[in-house]
Amino acid sequence: MEEIYSEEQQICKITKARPETVKFLLGFSKSMHVIDYNNMQFETTLN
Amino acid sequence: MELQIEDSILVKDYIGGDEKALEVLINRHNQRISSFIYSKVLDRDVTEDIFQDTFIKVIKTLKKGRYSEEGKFLPWVMRIAHNLIIDHFRKNKRMPKFEGSDDFNIFSVIHDDKLNAEKQLIKDQIDSDLSSLIDELPDDQKEVLVMRIYKDMSFKEISENTGVSINTALGRMRYALINLRKIVERNNIVLTN
Repeated sequence: MEEIYSEEQQICKITKARPETVKFLLGFSKSMHVIDYNNMQFETTLN
Repeated sequence: MELQIEDSILVKDYIGGDEKALEVLINRHNQRISSFIYSKVLDRDVTEDIFQDTFIKVIKTLKKGRYSEEGKFLPWVMRIAHNLIIDHFRKNKRMPKFEGSDDFNIFSVIHDDKLNAEKQLIKDQIDSDLSSLIDELPDDQKEVLVMRIYKDMSFKEISENTGVSINTALGRMRYALINLRKIVERNNIVLTN
């Protein structure tokens, strides 16, 4: 059998944010509310 | 063919309170944004962090109603990610962090010279054993050995201090070492760390 001496090329990895990160972001979005009061904006995060 | 709702409509829906629209947006652009960040920072965990911060900014801006549909959604998000990447490198420049890679680890080059607790104990033991062995030597030999080894004096200085010739001091040092070796061998003492 012929031996292969060539090294494996570094394969370009397709990256994707983990599902946990996406879940966190969706949770964050649901919990965050902006309250408008007299031209002011307040951020509130509800658990 | 699956019907794709346009980004701008999803953004409008999201601003209108449809949380599901955000999920679609994130999942649609996840790969492109992550790959873009990764191509710059080359670190999975940092990519994850910047991705998260990017969307936190997106969510806040959209909820506050400050988003204006001038351009497209994706280029806007990319812009935010790009700015956060720059912030990341600026922060790192101020406080550089060096991490070893698989084939090079900085800790193989620099290391702590101090002995570990066990070796330190052994060394202390050897030092005390050796000093009691030296006490066994005749006084003239002991004097030369202590001056040479512990006080780091030259043989010239030793000869001036003890009033003997350099050759005599050398001879005493030689006999001191020979005698020490003899005592060690006779008593089967192990002096190694």
